[in-house]
Formats: sequence, structure tokens, C-alpha cells
Amino acid sequence: MADLTDYTAVKLLSLLQAGELTSTELTKAYLDRIEACDQKIGSFLRTDPEESLKHAAAMDRRRNAGESPGPLAGLPIALKDNLCTRGQTTTCGSRMLENFKPPYDATVVEKLREAGAIPLGKTNLDEFAMGGSTESSALGETCNPWNTTCIPGGSSGGAATCIASGMSPLSIGSDTGGSIRQPAAFCGVVGLKPTYGRVSRMGLVAFASSLDQIGPLARTAEDAALLLEVIAGHDARDSTSLDQSVPRYRSVLQQPLKGLKLGVVEEHFGEGLDAEVESAVRESIRVYQELGAKITSVSLPHSEYAIATYYVIAPCEASSNLARYDGVHYGYRTDENILHATLKQQRSGLSATDDEQALNNLDSPLVRLYRQTRAEGFGAEVKRRIMLGTYALSAGYYEAYYLKALKVRRLIRQDYDEAFREVDLVIGPVTPTPAFPRGSKIDDPLAMYLGDLYTVSANLAGVPAISIPCGFSNAGLPIGLQLQGPPLSEDRLLQAAHWFQKETAWHQRRPALN
Amino acid sequence: MMSDKPYKIVIGLETHVQLLTETKLFCRCQNRFGGPPNTQTCPVCIGLPGTLPVMNRKAFQLSLITAIALNCEVPKFTKWDRKSYYYPDLPKGYQISQYDLPMSQNGWLEISDPQGNFDSKRVGIIRAHLEEDAGKSMHDELAGKADSRIDLNRTGTPLLEIVSCPEMYSSLEAKTYLTELKLLLTYLEVSDCNMQEGSLRVDANINLHVDTPQGKVATPIVEVKNMNSFRAVERALDYEAQRQYSEWQEAGKKLGDVPKQTRGWDDGAQVTRAQRSKEESSDYRYFPDPDLVPVIVEPEEVEQVRQSLGELPAVLRKRLQTDYSIKPYDANVTVNQGPKFAEYFIRLAETSGDPQQASNWMQQEVLRTLNEESWAVDEFPVTPDELSQLLQAVQKGEIDRSRAREVFREMTMQGNSFQQAMQSLGIEQVDQSALLQLCEQLLTEFPQIVADVKAGKQQALGRIIGEAKRRNPNVNPGQFRQPCLDLIEQK
Amino acid sequence: MKSQQAWRRGKKMSLTRNEVERVSLLARLQLTEDDLETMTTQLNQIVGYVEQLAQLPTDNIQPMAHGVERFNVFANDERRPSLPCDEALTNAPRRDDDCYLVPAVLGD
Ligand SMILES: [Mg+2]
Ligand SMILES: [Zn+2]
Repeated sequence: MADLTDYTAVKLLSLLQAGELTSTELTKAYLDRIEACDQKIGSFLRTDPEESLKHAAAMDRRRNAGESPGPLAGLPIALKDNLCTRGQTTTCGSRMLENFKPPYDATVVEKLREAGAIPLGKTNLDEFAMGGSTESSALGETCNPWNTTCIPGGSSGGAATCIASGMSPLSIGSDTGGSIRQPAAFCGVVGLKPTYGRVSRMGLVAFASSLDQIGPLARTAEDAALLLEVIAGHDARDSTSLDQSVPRYRSVLQQPLKGLKLGVVEEHFGEGLDAEVESAVRESIRVYQELGAKITSVSLPHSEYAIATYYVIAPCEASSNLARYDGVHYGYRTDENILHATLKQQRSGLSATDDEQALNNLDSPLVRLYRQTRAEGFGAEVKRRIMLGTYALSAGYYEAYYLKALKVRRLIRQDYDEAFREVDLVIGPVTPTPAFPRGSKIDDPLAMYLGDLYTVSANLAGVPAISIPCGFSNAGLPIGLQLQGPPLSEDRLLQAAHWFQKETAWHQRRPALN
Repeated sequence: MMSDKPYKIVIGLETHVQLLTETKLFCRCQNRFGGPPNTQTCPVCIGLPGTLPVMNRKAFQLSLITAIALNCEVPKFTKWDRKSYYYPDLPKGYQISQYDLPMSQNGWLEISDPQGNFDSKRVGIIRAHLEEDAGKSMHDELAGKADSRIDLNRTGTPLLEIVSCPEMYSSLEAKTYLTELKLLLTYLEVSDCNMQEGSLRVDANINLHVDTPQGKVATPIVEVKNMNSFRAVERALDYEAQRQYSEWQEAGKKLGDVPKQTRGWDDGAQVTRAQRSKEESSDYRYFPDPDLVPVIVEPEEVEQVRQSLGELPAVLRKRLQTDYSIKPYDANVTVNQGPKFAEYFIRLAETSGDPQQASNWMQQEVLRTLNEESWAVDEFPVTPDELSQLLQAVQKGEIDRSRAREVFREMTMQGNSFQQAMQSLGIEQVDQSALLQLCEQLLTEFPQIVADVKAGKQQALGRIIGEAKRRNPNVNPGQFRQPCLDLIEQK
Repeated sequence: MKSQQAWRRGKKMSLTRNEVERVSLLARLQLTEDDLETMTTQLNQIVGYVEQLAQLPTDNIQPMAHGVERFNVFANDERRPSLPCDEALTNAPRRDDDCYLVPAVLGD
């Protein structure tokens, strides 16, 4: 038998179902792979081999007993560490939650357990999913398996790298402005951001609530379809969850693409697009043409405002969502003895200089507890976004920033509605460039943000989008192709991605890790 | 009563009402006062990462009912916003409330004073909106503890915030407004309005319009908090008006000269005290809560709720006057005792066929007993139908009032029916022949009285009646009088 | 119209270090002198970029709070179990028998 960790999830599932493979064997193979490779890559923040094997053995027992233990029975899966897992540390890559153990499972985790999936561990991410390189994680470094001096993308860096390096057949990520699609593109795997509300956010630690969406990462569109079918669906515990039935994505995949109308987004081929990325994407469009798709050109005229809109809305919501991390009810708290001593010292210093104003303005112990806790618990990128959002929502600025951004957001959505009157899906690049060297943008946040140029619009508009491997740069780094569709067109996106993968072999390449 | 002061008091009230739901506003923890600390919380109301709010249908419904009963407009579109501030009893770092598009606005509540101290008027309601409550911070100041303890049981309780226009011009008007509001909420069964348990909380905004040679001048507005009873509200406002007037005389500060001040009522010392507040704390950074979706209320639904409101206090007062011919004052007292009391009265008035007598009994005997025994109306052991039998007996002259009170006491204290009470007190109807026999006997024994009455001295009859009652306590003077006169006539 | 005015005001006045300090108190973040310096520079860069939104006329556009708009989502008023006290407090940084503990809230 070839290396198990090389197979697709669909293939592994059929072996499990046919009794040619046990979940224990399979889980062991992946745990061994993690043992061998993860020191180099850093996909996982934590694994619990004993626990995983226990679940695998239970699945095997149930299958042997003739039960049919669910659509993912026995398949290992990796979870991004911003998904709550009951009684198990859920950190969001932050010092703030380093020791936080939620007393509940995220709805998605619940569904995966019910489907019989075997959680392998929790994967690394940018702190609170804020970033595009996984460099802002406070708890670990993650490298791009194709070139370990490069970033893996982010924020779902661990979720993408564990697929690319064969450490898990399936993984779950979250996407607020491209956080599934961009690392998928940088690592050469498939990543899908579903329609807003398609997958329950209950138990996903919020970054920007109106943009966050959980989605699958896998090697193939078919594997992603398998996973989406399990995690999608209405959840009464999430008010924004869509009350619509879940299609049988995998059976839709097989239908031919005949007559598919694809729109090439004019604005996505402008200034800033790397030549190698452009040529790979243009070549992919030709592939679709050969598959019988009708190619036209479409415009999303407000695309140029997407980054500005996004970097108002996301930080505003984030500043509010992260207000709860204050060291009172859970999470990190600064050392109170040091705090009181420092305040005492500052007070006596100010009394000595008779600076009454400064003395008056000195924080109370409680306010200082908040401020010091948050200063120590959060990293630079998170603080930056909290500051940006707090500023934009503060008195006198709300209308100019947040309200304005919500209006432009509607214009961006209207662009999509317009485009989807003409075409079924739109096509373009995922990122302007392939993965960049670690550390190269860490001190230039704006440059980092501009990398989200093609991905944030889908989050703002709430539409689904998928990233598929479509080529490699001369330096050997993967390039991603993005397809976006109207709300609830995940079936169409997966079908289009599936046929592309039947025609191409980009997804079959493996990084050399040894 | 206002004209004797060189200023006019202007008061607006903000009332927070806890809604009577089974569960909290955004999670399904029990909504109940008084559990042991931190036993009525869940990941949602603790604000744990990843948790999401889902709005309680009943809470929205109760808010809608109240808003409509307060004559508010209900806009078609409403949404919820986050109000951000840091406080240890606010676990999410924001309160889910309503900012620019509240669920209701522009209503009014009519108030009047039976004593006529002010003309009845409509106090405007600026808005009523639905929001969540915070938890409780406890600090043992006397013990000198360095820590505060936080209990999150109350966190997420549904509150309706009702904001009045600054249209009340005396502490009496303010108190009357609160009394009427509480009564309305009680009739609607949307809140138990228990101020001690915090299910009704009042903040007051107050300032003065002072007459000066240059015209009227408004003094800075002060918000008064921590008032734990209607009486406290009345006293705090009286105190604050005087304090503001002296401050005006000393400092002469006008509205806009200084930032709005918050003061707390100290019930022990009967004074208001300044509360320290940092300037930045008022930047709440409201924005629409992205975890919740807006609510659309169609006009038809508003109409439906309006139709199903039932009879509200103001209407009921009028109806009691027209249908039962009782005086405005009596109608007021009856309705103000709450819906169950009014309901009892109506039943009693109907079955006894004598509304005025029913009203008298309710306001005297029944109300006194309720007060003495600290009973709620539904704890009162006598049904209106039983009480009605007593009233009818009185009306027919079968028993007199003092006897009737004894029967009433027997019924309430022993839980007896009318018949049982009559029996156990040994009250029997004296039959006509026995009555006549007794009468005949007495007239024979007291010939002088017969002569006196015949001579036109009717009051002489009193002696006979007294004697009759002495010999047979069950004799009812009303019943005895006429046959006695008839017999004398025949002599 | 009003928002345009606020906009121009914001544009003329870039974020000062004092303003960043004020925001850091609002956001309950303790920033060092160095942090303040870097933060002021970086926030100005980002805010400067974001200001391009002002160019777009949006007078008759309704704000859009969610990509997919839904209305009237409610839950029934039916009780579910709460957490036992000890489990509720299990992640608390500091607690006593039944409460979370914080430095005194008085005088704040
Ligand atoms: Mg309020
Ligand atoms: Zn709860």
C-alpha cells in the first residue's frame, strides 16, 4: 500500500467503509506523519495522540459491530484553534487564551464528532485570526511546506499547511477576509469560504462577526464537498445562520459543466498583480474554456474600495468582540501584586512632583488591571486592530468610517448581484503574489492588508468563494485560482473546481519535506 | 402649590423594567431573582468566546405590548446595538441595547391626581427600548476588603427602558407617573415591578427653570440614581430641587456651563451625593450588533396586539364610573389596587346588584383586611359570590351592618361560607310569625310606648326595638320596625 | 451632508499622539511610549488609506450590516440548564467560593 497520507479523504473513506483499512491504522499513520514533519512546519499547536487513537478505536469498534457510524467515520481531521473544543484548550494563537478551556464544543465540532471524524489536534493561526501570514500567533511559528523560509499564509496557516504536508486529510479553517482561501493558495490546497450563514458560527471565536465564516480545506474539491456537507446547515444557536437545506454537494460534483458562464473580473487583473500569478490564472481560464464554459468579462467596479471598507468594518467589529478579554471572567490576567506595586510607585512619584492633574488621571487599580492585562495578553497586530476599530467607532467618527463603510459594502454587494445576472460564477486570482518571505511585511501592516485585495469582497458581500491550486511560480511556490458565486452556490463552485482538478494535476504535487 | 417658588422644577424619568419571562434575553438561563451567586449563568451570558445571542421571542412580545399600551409608534424596522464600556459585571465589554432605531417611540402616559393637586395631563414617552441587564458587583466597604465580588446571575435579564419627556413639574407628578406606569405594567402582566428586587429601577433627570429679571434661565441637568422606592424618588427630587436652587443662588451656573452631573440618593442621610465619573466613560461607541438580525414589525401585527391588550387602567376607571355609577375617586382607588382587585369588585357589583355598596365594602372591609393580613387579592379567602350573599342580606335588611361585619370577619378569618358564618355566629332568620308574636308581647308589656307612638312620637319605638334585640339578638331592627308600627296602628 | 463634514474634519486632522493615547484608554490598552510612537505612525497610514471611501457618493445607499440579510430570528422562552457555579467559574483568573474577584470597583 502506498503512503496513506497521500490519499484523498474520499479514497480513504471508501477504504474504511470497505473494511480494507481501520481508523486506528489511518490515525496512526497521520500521527506518525505529524511526528515526522510538524517540527519543520508547525501546523499544530497541540495534538493529543492518545485521545485521537481512543476515538479511532471507538469508531473501529462501532464499524465492526455493524453500525454505520456517520459520513466521516474514522477520518482524521484538524481543527483551527479558534474553534471551541469542550474541555480542551482553545487558544486562538493568543497568550490571552493560552489556558482557556471552553465548557462546550462549537456546533461545527459537534457535527464533526457526530459524523465520526477523528480530531487530530488544533492548528496554528494568526492571533484571533487577524493576519495573512500566521506570523502574529503568539504560540507558535508555521512555515510554508513548499519553502520554509516563506509564510504559509493566514490566518488559517496551520489548517492549510497540515493538508499540504500530508499531516491531515481534512481540516477546518475560518475566513474573515481571505483566511481560508489565501493560505490555501499559498500552500497549494483547496479552500472554500461558504456563503455567510451557511455554516454555524456558534463556538467559533469571533473576529469580525458579520464577515467570519467557517469552511473546509482539503486536497480536492471532492474532499471539500464531503466535509462541507457535514458542517453546513441551520443552527438555532446562531441568529445569522441560514435556514436552508444542505444540498448533496458530492453528487452535484459529477454533473458536467456544460453551459457554465464564467465572468473574468476585469478589476482583478490590474496593477499589482504578479506576472506569474496572472499567467497561471489566464491559463486556467483557458482550461475552463476547453471544458465547455462560456467566458465573458465582468466588472466589479467598487473592488478598489474593498480593502478600505474591510479595514474599517473588520477592526470595528473586532475591537468590540475582543472587549470581553479583560482578565475578569476567564483568560489571562496580569500579576496583581506587580500592578498594585507599580501604581503605588507612580502615585508617590506624582505626589512628589505635585502634579495634581496627572495624579487625578492615574488609572484606578481596576482600570489598570484591564489595561495591563490586555497589553500583555494581546500581540501587536491585535492591538493595532483594536485601536483602529475603537478610534473609528468613537464619538465623531462613526459616520465617517463605520457607517460609510456599511454603505460602500452594499455597493460592493450590488456589483456582485449585477455580475451574477450575466454569469454563473466569476473567476480571478486569489492573491496578487505567491507566498512571501517570513518577516518581510511584519512591520508594514498596510502592505500586508493590501494582499487581501481579491479576497475581502466575498466576505463583505457574503458570497461563497473557493481557492484551487492552478500553478506554480518559478520559485516553486503554489498559485491559487479563485471562483466566486452568488449566495448558496457552493454546489456550483465545488462542481467547477472538481472539473478543473480532473483536467489538471496541480493538486497532486507534493512539497519535498525530507 | 408651585407658584410659591421662584422656579419651576423640570423632571424626566428613565425607568428600567425587568420583563416577566421564563428565560433571559439572549440565552435560555432562568430569569429569576435571588438564586445563589453564579448559578444562573451559561457560556452565552458569561460572554465566553464563540458564544452567540439569540433573542427571546417572549421578551420582544412583552416589549411590544407595553410600547403599544404606552401609545408609542412602533416603527417597522428595529435593530440592536452594542453599547461599549468596561465594567466587571458586564462580561462582554458591551451591553446589547438599542440606539438610533428603538422598537418604539413618541408615546404618552396620562396621569391625574384625585386630590386635584395638578390637572390631569399626558406625559410624553420619548422611547421604549429592549436591552439586557448587567450583573452585580458587590463590595463590602465596611470590611475594608480590597476586592469586589461579581455575580452574573442577573446578566442578560430582559429590560425595557422607558424614557419620558422632561414634562413633569413636581415630585408629586413624578411619583404619580411612576405609580401609573407601574399599574399599567401590572395590568399588562409584563413585569412584577418589585423595586426592592430591582425589577423596576428609576433614574431621574432634573433641573430648574428659574425666573430672573432677564427671563427664564435653565440650570444644569442632574441625573439622580439609586432611588429604591417611589417615596425615595419623591424625596430625592424635592431635595435635589432645593439643592439646585441654593447652588444656583451661589454659583449661578446655567445649563451648558458644566457637563451633566450624576448624583446618587443616600436614603439613610436623605441627601443626594455627587458620583465621580470619568469623561471618557460616556463614549459608548454604539454600532449595530452583528450577531443579531433586525426585527421587522408589520403594522397589522401592531394592530393585532392593540386589539388584544385588554382593558387598561385609564379605560377601566371610566367604565367603572359609567357602568356602575361609582364616583371618580372610588373608581380610582379600585383600579389602582390592581387588576385582580378591580376584577373582584366588578364581580361583586354584578352579583350583588348594588355597585355602590360593593364599592364601599371593597374599599373599607376588604381593603382593610388585605392590609392587615398582608394578603394579595388572590390570597383573600372569600369569593366575590360568597361576599355577594352577605351584601344582599344587608341590602334586604336581613342583617344590620354591625352584624354583617361580624359575619364578614367570620368568613375571612375562618374561611367559612356565608351560610356557615351565619350559623356559627348563631344568626338565624327570625320568621315572620315569631317576629309578630314578640312584637305583640312587647306592646302589651309597654302600653306607654304604644300611646307615645300613636301621639306621633315615632322615636319611642326605639325602646321596643332595643328590647326586642335584647331578647332575641337575631332580630333585625329594619325588619322589625314596620310590622311593629302596623300593629300599633291596629291597637 | 453631516458625514461629509465629519469626514473633512477627520481628514485635515491626522491622528495625534494624544488622540492615540485617548483611544488607548477607551480600548483599555496600556501602551508604552514606544508603542504610542509606532501606533501613531501606523494608524495614520491605515486611516490615510481608508479615507478614500470619502470620495464615493453614498447619500441614498442603505447601510448593509450583513452580507446575507435576515430578519426576525427568535428563540422560544424555554428554559435550558445553566452551568453549575463551579463550572461557570472554572476559567476565572481569581475567585472565591461562588464569585469572580476583581480589584475594588469603587471610585471608578
Ligand atoms: Mg439603558
Ligand atoms: Zn445564560
